[in-house]
Amino acid sequence: MNSSRLQFLFALLAGALFGLGLAVSQMINPAKVIGFLDVSGRWDPTLAFVMLGALAVTGLAFRVILKRSRPWFAERFSLPTKRDIDPRLVGGGALFGIGWGLSGLCPGPALAALVTAQSSVLVFVGAMLAGSALYSALDRT
Amino acid sequence: MADFTPVSGFMGGMLIGLAATVLLAANGRIAGVSGILAGVIKPVRGDTVWRVLFIFGIWLGVLAYGFARGAAPLVEIEAGWPTLVVAGLLVGFGTRLGSGCTSGHGVCGIARPSKRSIVATLVFMLTAIATVFLTRHVLA
Repeated sequence: MNSSRLQFLFALLAGALFGLGLAVSQMINPAKVIGFLDVSGRWDPTLAFVMLGALAVTGLAFRVILKRSRPWFAERFSLPTKRDIDPRLVGGGALFGIGWGLSGLCPGPALAALVTAQSSVLVFVGAMLAGSALYSALDRT
Repeated sequence: MADFTPVSGFMGGMLIGLAATVLLAANGRIAGVSGILAGVIKPVRGDTVWRVLFIFGIWLGVLAYGFARGAAPLVEIEAGWPTLVVAGLLVGFGTRLGSGCTSGHGVCGIARPSKRSIVATLVFMLTAIATVFLTRHVLA
């Protein structure tokens, strides 16, 4: 197989592991996420354990991987280049946080939950795509 | 609903970490869902197919879990449609403005480690906690 086919295969594999992880951890369930965010309610700390599990793997693995000169099937690593803490980073994070708190949904679990074909998920994902498209439209100017 | 499940949470988290590891090691890409999705909405030639496949993969993973368990995973959404529209717009716009979401900043960025991602993760976590507190305990 050539390298672009292998890239496609590994993107699919990575996605499948990601989706499986969201289901196993129940982070696909917004009620479970709200349970974590609701610290003064009946608090459910599970989300913190999900983050710990993920960071236990990436924290070690990324260090090893990024010492290599290039990835297995691509010419170079495509990493973010920005370094500064600017108002866009903080403002964007805050807007995202409000939306996440209102719904219990962030982009990964929202896409994953489309599998259940619930109308609420479709409404959220539709609005999320519109929000992202709006950003693209404004950013061009 | 609010049952604490640390073991399956940690295991699922490791799977998510493994997914990010595979994507970085093989393709040199960051497994940030908002960024991956952005490249599908506004496609760039030669940089779209892997993104679509990653998203298909997510669905395959959820389906595989469903078949193995004999039931679809629980997805409980309390919010009504007007709230979901506002929330969706904020999540879609905010993750683009802030260059990432829970996966890109939270799982990948903190691991690199990126100062921007650590700040972004703190901001959206605290904002989300404050939002839930206000909507469920103050305004409710």
